[in-house]
Amino acid sequence: MIHLQGVTKRYGDTLAVDELTLDVAEGEVCVLIGPSGCGKTTTLRMINRLITPTSGRIMINDRDASELKAEELRRSLGYAIQSVGLFPHLDVAANISVVPRLLGWDKPRMRDRARELLELVGLDPEQYMTKYPSQLSGGEAQRIGVARALAADPPVLLMDEPFGAVDPLNRERLQGEFARIQRELHKTVVFVTHDIDEAIRLADRIAIMRDGRLVQYDTPEAILDSPVDHFVRDFVGSDRALKRLVRVPVSDVMDTDPPVARRAATAEEMLAEVKRTRFVYLVDEDGRLTGWLDRAQLKGGCSVEDALSDADPHQVAVAPDASLKEALSRMLGLGFRSIAVVESGGRLVGQVTLGSVEGAMTDSDDHQGAPVAPELDSGDLA
Amino acid sequence: MKRSQTTPVLTVAATFVFAWLLTRTAWIEASLKWMFPDEISWLHTRADLASLTLEHLAIVAISSGLTVLVGVPLGIWVTRRSGRDFRQLVAASVDLGQTFPPVAVLALAMPVLGFGFKPTIVALFLYGLFPVVSGTIAGLDAVPATTLEAAKGMGMSPLQVLFRVELPLAARVIMAGIRTSVVINIGTATIGATIGTGGLGVPIIGGLATRNMAYVVEGALPAAVLAVLIDGLLGQVERGFAIPVSDVDTV
Repeated sequence: MIHLQGVTKRYGDTLAVDELTLDVAEGEVCVLIGPSGCGKTTTLRMINRLITPTSGRIMINDRDASELKAEELRRSLGYAIQSVGLFPHLDVAANISVVPRLLGWDKPRMRDRARELLELVGLDPEQYMTKYPSQLSGGEAQRIGVARALAADPPVLLMDEPFGAVDPLNRERLQGEFARIQRELHKTVVFVTHDIDEAIRLADRIAIMRDGRLVQYDTPEAILDSPVDHFVRDFVGSDRALKRLVRVPVSDVMDTDPPVARRAATAEEMLAEVKRTRFVYLVDEDGRLTGWLDRAQLKGGCSVEDALSDADPHQVAVAPDASLKEALSRMLGLGFRSIAVVESGGRLVGQVTLGSVEGAMTDSDDHQGAPVAPELDSGDLA
Repeated sequence: MKRSQTTPVLTVAATFVFAWLLTRTAWIEASLKWMFPDEISWLHTRADLASLTLEHLAIVAISSGLTVLVGVPLGIWVTRRSGRDFRQLVAASVDLGQTFPPVAVLALAMPVLGFGFKPTIVALFLYGLFPVVSGTIAGLDAVPATTLEAAKGMGMSPLQVLFRVELPLAARVIMAGIRTSVVINIGTATIGATIGTGGLGVPIIGGLATRNMAYVVEGALPAAVLAVLIDGLLGQVERGFAIPVSDVDTV
């Protein structure tokens, strides 16, 4: 889909990118990563010709990028950047519709598309269509930046640290959503980041760059297992086992049948519903998590009120598209052996236990499960 | 947005009241007579106040129109790649245009362009150029580089970037420059009367020459009110270009 061949960018005496050859297959997420100044952003910007290569060839969909008109090329490549760059004088709907407008879509089609995309990135169209960028939080702006990049349904997305400017919690969430969207849309994505966790979580292949050169280009599993040199090993870090958990979404390993009881008047009524575990999740009529009950405390003579804890889903639950690493760190932080999995509407959909995290770690050590990219065979690297 | 709804109404109403008062020649004469009882004549004889004001407005409209037509494109050009090298030169020239007294421009332009309208227009045009050009440059400079990168990266041509992103974002600052320029011009245009251009300078210059304070006030007062009114009207236009901020209720 995207093919870089011997691409070089020279600024005076310095080589920003040095003879880079790289293939990105259709529907794959290729993450360019490396220390600052390694040439990753320059590479990205050469693909949409914001920077002209000194030499080398860039083929997109079997067409030489340098032979297309720069504007037309860019309209066919979705582009999202760290600073978002929303237009402050346009409302959200108009911001999303920038490329469709350049392509001459009619108004109803642009509106429908903007609505559709807002829903895709998890924002309520009714509420957001008419807002202006200054009324958005950082996370909302980044979501709209992604929606804008997707507006004309380009086959290729170029993303330059698109989640770089938000706090860690929001970044986790945005990454989870991006992974979900990508599973739906199968875009060919070139993604620049300096965050190795982000790379491992989102990439089908990671391109590690240093001083304008490609050091290693491989699947996240392969890079974690067999870094080609000390530089890559140091870059990946020593917590490689933990990093593997970043690859696994909670929804892949969660127990979808957790002990759950409808919130009722007395403890006996609630406990009668479930017998097997110490903790019982409590839900309301719509299946939304409202708290949990500790059976051990109840047996110890506690009153129902003391044994019952109210749940703030943001504190004591994770989303289905969160990573297992996030679930683990949340469990360790709370001192729990399990954590509830809750959909965006608050509905309880499952639970993750320390045991299942352990299971996932052993799995990936054995190279049997790479749930996000099962088509990639990393077995021979063991 | 609600807050500014009352002000345009007031400004427009004040403008109509002012225009109507200008036609009440008898009242104006009576007022001036009351202020300056010792003079023997109170109204300049060349033309009535309403036509002098219209003449004045015409001078300002033409000179400011030229200023905008030249100043805004000039400001745009020096912020483009093709004109970047000329930026310092243009900035210095328009700066000089404003430090150079308009009276001196009149004196210098007269031998070439003769008496009357033309030298005044030239002098006012040059004098008003600085706020327009510097406002345009400042407005365009203030557009964030990341916004421009996003616009370019999404496939806008340079002209599309200019008209769809840069100018809308710079509009308010550009308009502020135009407003300053026009208001300065309204006052400065009175000197045109020294070389027979007409306008509200006629009674002022005439009054100064004949030591008739009533004449001076007859010209100066409407000129001042005109400046305030037009400043208010252009202020409304300027506010219309504002970028929505978070306190606007859009729900």
